[in-house]
Amino acid sequence: MLTKRIIPCLDIKNGRTVKGTNFVDLRDAGDPVELAAIYAAQGADELVFLDITATNEKRKTLAELVDRIAQRINIPFTVGGGISSVEDVRLLLDHGADKISINTSAFKNPNLIDQLAAEFGSQCVVLAIDTKQHDDGEWYVYLNGGRVATETRCLDWAIEGVKRGAGEILLTSMDHDGTKSGFAKEITGIVSTHVPVPIIASGGGGEPKHFAEILNGIADAALAASVFHFGEISIPDLKKYLSEQNIPMRLNS
Amino acid sequence: MKLVMIKYNAGNTRSLQYALRRLGVEPLITDNAEEILSADKIIFPGVGEASSAMKYLKSKQLDQVIIQVKQPFLGICLGMQLMCTHSEENDTPCLGIFDEAVKLFKSNYSSIKIPQIGWNTIGHLKSNLFNGVAENSHCYFVHSYYAHLGDHTIATTDYCSPYSAALHRDNFYGVQFHPEKSALVGEKIIENFLKEDLICR
Repeated sequence: MLTKRIIPCLDIKNGRTVKGTNFVDLRDAGDPVELAAIYAAQGADELVFLDITATNEKRKTLAELVDRIAQRINIPFTVGGGISSVEDVRLLLDHGADKISINTSAFKNPNLIDQLAAEFGSQCVVLAIDTKQHDDGEWYVYLNGGRVATETRCLDWAIEGVKRGAGEILLTSMDHDGTKSGFAKEITGIVSTHVPVPIIASGGGGEPKHFAEILNGIADAALAASVFHFGEISIPDLKKYLSEQNIPMRLNS
Repeated sequence: MKLVMIKYNAGNTRSLQYALRRLGVEPLITDNAEEILSADKIIFPGVGEASSAMKYLKSKQLDQVIIQVKQPFLGICLGMQLMCTHSEENDTPCLGIFDEAVKLFKSNYSSIKIPQIGWNTIGHLKSNLFNGVAENSHCYFVHSYYAHLGDHTIATTDYCSPYSAALHRDNFYGVQFHPEKSALVGEKIIENFLKEDLICR
């Protein structure tokens, strides 16, 4: 049986992890590779690396990091952040990334999704969508890390993105992100039932029960960052708990 | 040991290269027929689309080279599918090493997503490729097309319905999942392919 996935997300700047961690046994807490190796050993099902570097050196630094991750890690990983061309993606895939995620650049140039799917296959194209609910009750797409609002509905964009060739949707609710009050069940459920590809829910996971709620018939995978980095939730304990809630999990890594 | 990874337009080779390196083997990545035919073992990776991959293999006569191979040969993901008779992906005639055909997953339920992406169990294991691998171990799958169950099936997985997670005929092996991305279970399977005394023709 296909299991649900637990995905830690690491924010990267200039090749280093941005947020601190509580892992005492890390030789170098700022090294994404060290942290990734720990998560892989703990049973994380996948990893996401989100690069927030803004400098011109970005592409080279990121490609070097991806190469070091691929050398060390034996589970799949996705790389995102500022990817805007077929060449950007080729560089990252050539260095060992399994998937890439695109967000603002795909919204501004939807053809990019078609190009990437045709060139590399849908399986490596993750469409990341940041969304927020407005007073009219509708969920809208936000760009540039949530700083820029659009008038496009989240569901419409998800459907279009999948039609163009996205193989997965990484859906972040800005209303829930950082709150630790649970994932956005409503919009995640709506998107999940309207698109045929897997949905990764992101934003709001603060307790094991939140993961159970979103993975039980709504999302295919759940992503979180700080609750894992600061040891508030341990991945082995979380997966054991979810398994006890009859959510299919890969328990022995 | 001389291990060759076949280089072609659908080979996502870096991860596999590193997985082999972690096991102490440095693969030669090549599309040269002499190098392929003189290898001790051969891996045929693959991520991509069937018809363009077959077209490329034919343009380099690699299709003819592959069916001549007598050493242990392992196809991965699309590599395995290309070793079957035919793929529904753009109606593509394939290499015909395995008798099984490759079909698109069909689901009547919105809860079953296509492609299948993630960790699924492999069972009914019958090959020394799986020595030391427990029944119902988890492996990482990413695919929309699958090979039927058949005489050459040596492992099964269930998604929509049961299908072939791995195939074997003579010196030819194929796995639908990505052993290079399947944590310790995958490492064990690659190690078995490298170290076990597998059949040669």
